[in-house]
Amino acid sequence: MTPPPDTAQLLAEFTVFALAVVIGFELIARVPSLLHTPLMSATNAIHGIVLVGAIIALAGAGEEFDLLTKVLGMIAVIFGTINIVGGFLVTNRMLDMFSSQGRRGGRSGK
Amino acid sequence: MENGVKVAYVAAALLFIVGIRRMRSPETARIGNITSALGMLIAVVAVLFQTEVLSLWQVAIGVVIGSVIGAVAAQRVQMTAMPQMVAAFNGVGGAAAALVAFVDLYRVESLEMPPGGVLGTEGYVAAVAIILGIVIGSVSFAGSVVAFGKLQEIFLTGSIAFPGQKAVNALIALAIVVLGAFILTGSSIISPVLAAAIIMGAALVLGMLLVIPIGGADMPIVISLLNAFTGLAAAMSGFVLSNYVLIISGSLVGASGTILTRLMSSSLGRPLGGIIFGAVAAASEDDDEDGEEKSARSVSAEDVASTLKYDAESVIIVPGYGLAVAQAQNSIADLVKALESEGKQVRFAMHPVAGRMPGHMNVLLAEASIPYDKLFDMEDINEDFDETDVVIVVGANDVVNPIAREEGGSAISGMPILNVDHAQRVVFVKRSLSPGFAGVDNPLFYDEEKTMMLFSDAKSGLDEVVSAVKQG
Repeated sequence: MTPPPDTAQLLAEFTVFALAVVIGFELIARVPSLLHTPLMSATNAIHGIVLVGAIIALAGAGEEFDLLTKVLGMIAVIFGTINIVGGFLVTNRMLDMFSSQGRRGGRSGK
Repeated sequence: MENGVKVAYVAAALLFIVGIRRMRSPETARIGNITSALGMLIAVVAVLFQTEVLSLWQVAIGVVIGSVIGAVAAQRVQMTAMPQMVAAFNGVGGAAAALVAFVDLYRVESLEMPPGGVLGTEGYVAAVAIILGIVIGSVSFAGSVVAFGKLQEIFLTGSIAFPGQKAVNALIALAIVVLGAFILTGSSIISPVLAAAIIMGAALVLGMLLVIPIGGADMPIVISLLNAFTGLAAAMSGFVLSNYVLIISGSLVGASGTILTRLMSSSLGRPLGGIIFGAVAAASEDDDEDGEEKSARSVSAEDVASTLKYDAESVIIVPGYGLAVAQAQNSIADLVKALESEGKQVRFAMHPVAGRMPGHMNVLLAEASIPYDKLFDMEDINEDFDETDVVIVVGANDVVNPIAREEGGSAISGMPILNVDHAQRVVFVKRSLSPGFAGVDNPLFYDEEKTMMLFSDAKSGLDEVVSAVKQG
């Protein structure tokens, strides 16, 4: 389903890759250590983007491919979703605790 | 439609960048997280259009199952168990990346690669990306599983090393390279799919072996590094599928995760290379003086209370993981109130890795509604210990162990510590004299002049002190 990439496309992909790496390096400059854990957790959720790849794989496996690829694709979709949903929610819970404090020391525990 | 999908991908990638940017300050962090989540939603909807919902119900089932598991796990997890949770989410992400690469290899192999496999340049790049995706994703998954086990203290706790470990690792890495070469050259010795399956297995073993020798204290750094790995694996699957949003987000996480890892390891004073390759020798050398009994001054909660009340103007509290385990956040908050009503100055000294992860303890204290402005980073408060009357160390050990100042030998040498030994008095609230997570004994325990040991669970100990302060 994905057409094999030609050289121009490949070069474009490398360019994008290189630029994204530079942005990634620059993004995390001076983060207070207070935020290290939430930040790790949030970037952790973002690599759940692999779900997009998993969906492509599973969808592609839909017709021509055997059970093995379907099962593996399905596992990948489930795992990717856990990564995303769990990652963002957990980050949100951590950050909730900081912000509920800003709103005059309210309790945030359950 | 196809262009719409591409625009959506770019939008998603931009939202990730803005989202991470906003995570740099506590005020905007929450909105930053939501920004990234929105980007994710856009990307997932876009891919559903891209694949023309070919097998929507299958995808839907997978997404629903994954959402339920992820949401339940995220809601249920105790704040104390946060590092494990991040490790677990990272692990499943890594596994997903490896599986995507594997499925893609299967497809490429059965569709496009001619028998005996002659690939064009682009084909080689795709194949390399597939192999890297499998390897990095699997290493990240297996490593995260081990990290989870260590932090949860279910298995493989402590630093486990066996002779020839590095040689074994090198051999496994070599085997992966050789098998990868078989796939690339279309060798007929072994089918590409089988080779890839073996590579996956080998990478899983390698991931475990890499993390097993690393001690618990360094685990946050390892998780952060594996997080960066998984990002890279996602980027690889982006190359395989020619999908920009995967390339951008994956490399974004790979790069920012690397920087974050370096930031953490420098706040620990532990060079990254040393953690990964050096794997501090498990043996602790000060075990040999076990024969002689060292004595420590054990005190009651009332003793602590009267010291605090009559002999202290300034108090610094050093919270550690033991406080978190005992769920004593609220007790410590009560203590702060009680002392402040007596007119004492109370502050918290936060070691960069208090708890088990940078910022972890801040989260826990926030849970108990202790205001930010009482929390001081190590650099900001370390010189104030000299003028401090009493330091209360609750459930912490390694981060206040003066041994760390000495060169060489022990597992924590070189780690920056809080100078609690410079204060007039030190109170440890601790269950026993047992050493901390790093397994290194603390000489400060045996300084009978200065140190008072309140042997107790953090919560009940603090509660007793609080009521004694109020009564006395």
